[in-house]
Amino acid sequence: MQLILESLFNGVAIGSVLLIAALGLAIVFGLMGVINLAHGELMMLGAYSTYVTQLVFKTPLLQPFYNCYVIVSLIVAFLVAGIVGILLERSIIRRLYGNPLETLLATWGVSLILQQFVRSVPLAYASGFIITILIGLILPLIIPKKVHHHSRAYVVKAGVWGISVLFGLLSANWLATSISRIGRASARNVDVTAPMWMRGGFDFLGITFPVTRLVIIIITIISVFSVTWFLNQSVWGMRIRAVTQNREMSECLGIATNKVDVLTFGIGSGLAGVAGVAVSLLGSVGPNVGGSYIVGCFMVVVLGGVGNLLGTIIASFSIGIMTDLIGAGRLISIWPDMPTPLASTVDFFATTSMARVLIFALIVVFLQFRPSGLFPQKGRMVEN
Amino acid sequence: MTLLEVHELNTYYGESHILRGVDISVDSGEMVCLIGRNGVGKTTLLKSLIGLLPTRSGEVLLNGESIVRRSPHQRAQSGIAYVPQGREIIAHLTVEENLLLGMEALPGGLKRSSKIDPIIYELFPVLKKFLSRKGGDLSGGQQQQLAIARALLGEPRLLLLDEPTEGIQPNIIKDIELAIKRIIRETDIGVLLVEQHLHFVRQSDRYYAMQRGGIVASGETGGLSKSIVDQFLNV
Repeated sequence: MQLILESLFNGVAIGSVLLIAALGLAIVFGLMGVINLAHGELMMLGAYSTYVTQLVFKTPLLQPFYNCYVIVSLIVAFLVAGIVGILLERSIIRRLYGNPLETLLATWGVSLILQQFVRSVPLAYASGFIITILIGLILPLIIPKKVHHHSRAYVVKAGVWGISVLFGLLSANWLATSISRIGRASARNVDVTAPMWMRGGFDFLGITFPVTRLVIIIITIISVFSVTWFLNQSVWGMRIRAVTQNREMSECLGIATNKVDVLTFGIGSGLAGVAGVAVSLLGSVGPNVGGSYIVGCFMVVVLGGVGNLLGTIIASFSIGIMTDLIGAGRLISIWPDMPTPLASTVDFFATTSMARVLIFALIVVFLQFRPSGLFPQKGRMVEN
Repeated sequence: MTLLEVHELNTYYGESHILRGVDISVDSGEMVCLIGRNGVGKTTLLKSLIGLLPTRSGEVLLNGESIVRRSPHQRAQSGIAYVPQGREIIAHLTVEENLLLGMEALPGGLKRSSKIDPIIYELFPVLKKFLSRKGGDLSGGQQQQLAIARALLGEPRLLLLDEPTEGIQPNIIKDIELAIKRIIRETDIGVLLVEQHLHFVRQSDRYYAMQRGGIVASGETGGLSKSIVDQFLNV
């Protein structure tokens, strides 16, 4: 019993990291059909955002609130990755809709650019840049509508960006001087240290559950529920579903499809940022951290059935549980008197990387029989 | 009052010239029918009017305002509703959600508080029964009714209908006809319709006959002679 519970917990923990990482991709790839190879780098940006947020919370002003930096960094990471995603959509992906190969190459290029960006730009100035764009995008929403239609609207627009740049520069400067560690560019990996309450474990039924893992599971559950609610219950969610299914007709019905694209991509990217927070809690953060997750993310989305959120959830948890079963050699502990040849095979695969190899092989075999994943789309509308 | 005026409209697919200097007009409260054999550019004209196809030259005026430079969603918000050939119901959304999306064309778009006008269920009672079904699971005739209902919920001033009777059983054609006539009577909208079904053509006030991308004949449908019918309809 204890063994099963422990195995289940580990599996769910691995699965929830996969799920949170794949959730954004399930929207961007599953719903919009955009192959975004920079998704891992958006996660990396989320992880770096956590790092910067943590350092900001170490400054004397925010020191008393240090324990809640994780919660704040979730919002920060969502915004940072979301904004970079929106920039990416507006500048590159928008021009490539319907050209999957070009999108693949272009986003791969973007992923390399982003990796180099965090190596050669000091984090303080990168943060200043993001703050500039954030203010520049949000300020026009606060200004009353009348101003936008005024004949001198461009003056207001220029003023808005002027203010944003000023704020961006000031905050970059402040960050660079008060936190010397992010004032210089560095290619080295950084570590996010968990606050006190997240260290250690939580004993239950004789098993220790690491608190970090529990926090990641909770973040994943909250993200999944909010995404499901947003897509199925909100007006914008309905617009997203309509546009992803029938772009032309949605446009003819009066939906501004370009706005919907920006929003969809922004949310998908923002979720990558949230995944980055989870990743930063698991290990050290470097420019290449995204690369190790991207393949897994695509596997999860394809295995679950493209465009199917439930499939993504089930696929990530089954991969998680399988990884734990194989990677930790649990079959031997479950069945100790296994015949020797079988036992040595199980033992052979009982490392993280070999488990990964075996699982990918199994997925490839599975997709031979079910090419459209666990939950293929059914019914009269498939042909359309 | 003239609702829609089209002057010298030219549309190309790549390099091939499809619409050649089309001139038409539609008044409020009027049903105008576009006839012509397959491939003469009727659907292209409707798509150019809603904005799905870019027009190379010419002018489209809605209530005297030029809309040529507007995108389809802006045209929808200016009061043009489009029911395409093949209905284009959003298949994985429920009937109710499809209807709600019709209200995106209203000023301010769809809101959480938007309610479906019950007149729709009066016009097409079948929709009320299937509200929670997926739109793609309806039969062709039901989808057509849903598409028209969806278009009407945006309270358009001009309704573009592309072959509403194609592949639909006669009793539903009758329902659709009654619904459209009632809407014209009650809300004074203009309807521009592409049709092959002779009975339906005769319900319109005026007709334009198309040939090779241009308008070659027009007039009151009362004066639609047998020779014109033979020449321009696939019957």
